[in-house]
Amino acid sequence: MKLVIINYGAGNIKSIQFAFKRLGVDAILSDDRDEIIKADKVIFPGVGEASSAMKKLKESGLDAVIPNLKQPVLGICLGMQLMCRSTEEGNTKGLEIFDVDVNRFSNAVKVPQMGWNSIQDLKSDLFKGISENAYMYLVHSYYAEDTSETIATSFYEKKYATALQKDNFYGVQFHPEKSGKVGEKILENFLKLDIKS
Amino acid sequence: MLTKRIIPCLDIKNGRTVKGVNFVNLIDAGDPVELGKKYAEVGADELVFLDITATKERRRTMHDMVLKVAEHVNIPFTVGGGISSIEDVDDLLHCGADKVSINSSAVKRPELVNELSQKFGSQCIVVAIDAKQIDGEWKVHLAGGSIPTDIDLFEWAKEVEERGAGEILFTSMNHDGTKGGFANEALAKLSELVNIPIIASGGAGSVQHFVDTFTEGKADAALAASVFHFGEIPITDLKKELKKNNIEVRL
Repeated sequence: MKLVIINYGAGNIKSIQFAFKRLGVDAILSDDRDEIIKADKVIFPGVGEASSAMKKLKESGLDAVIPNLKQPVLGICLGMQLMCRSTEEGNTKGLEIFDVDVNRFSNAVKVPQMGWNSIQDLKSDLFKGISENAYMYLVHSYYAEDTSETIATSFYEKKYATALQKDNFYGVQFHPEKSGKVGEKILENFLKLDIKS
Repeated sequence: MLTKRIIPCLDIKNGRTVKGVNFVNLIDAGDPVELGKKYAEVGADELVFLDITATKERRRTMHDMVLKVAEHVNIPFTVGGGISSIEDVDDLLHCGADKVSINSSAVKRPELVNELSQKFGSQCIVVAIDAKQIDGEWKVHLAGGSIPTDIDLFEWAKEVEERGAGEILFTSMNHDGTKGGFANEALAKLSELVNIPIIASGGAGSVQHFVDTFTEGKADAALAASVFHFGEIPITDLKKELKKNNIEVRL
């Protein structure tokens, strides 16, 4: 199993690497396009601000590589948001893998949403063995609208997509690497997904 | 629903936990990693490590500790104490800290909050505020609460929110160590004033105090040290009681 975490200078990737290490898998940090393309599984992380993260992706040319990957890809937090059509944060155009826009929570709720929220409407093998209403750790000010590509929802101000899937692309708004045993199970499920095409 | 968070706070000196920590079945009660893992197992939602080391080796021992905690603990943690520059924060986040908390350095140079939130995102910048109520006025204090300033708690809270803080950790010096309950009146006022999460700190002594701070104090999270470290309030029991009081928690 060759697992690559895309290292484009956005966010806390150490935690993700450690989480896989706890599962017995040594993840490789890389910004090398060939290494990423050859991986069995790819993690697309991201923490921070969307437009500057997108800028870094473009500078490295990875914005053209990621949407064409054929193996299972998991976007986490901002990584998931950048896989969407656009995000309101810095009026940023995304990678357009998921056909959905990302918007900011209104000030009717505290922003960012910070802490543990439950996940519902679970679809996909990514959530095999995970119960409805399991709690996941989240920190975010922007959310993806609920769509036909939603594979899990959470409620904060409104029901939104806390996980998305299209073909081999998966995205989660929450941080499985920081969500205790349940989060580790989700990462384990991702590692077990069939390698398609 | 988003749950209320329970956060044990561990004081760290030279990479080791200080103050007595009295957990059963711990091989090494001074090891932050072992304690962190234990707290994650019993249901703590987050951890705060507050570094009080005053030696030259502070940075290195802190980095080593943060790396080890990130490697072994599967819940989020915040690191605070002596953080005053972009480089400090960069190092700690790279070692695997999820958030950093700044306190006196923000009061001394408020632009630091802007710089950090722009560079790393608001989500990982916690501004800790120690304040004391003197003649009815809440005044910000520095250096662990020992140096008074003329700064008003509420004005400062509003300012750090505008400068990009992602969260406020408010410790009432009047309540800290008393085990008489949290500063709920000030907490509720803070929570209504700003639109970022508020962590209540100082005064935890009983389960009812936590219930009160989440209801009357409108806090988003509650932080405590000794009641958890000495097993006076087991976290699992606390969360069950909160649930019984219709407070949303992760069980």
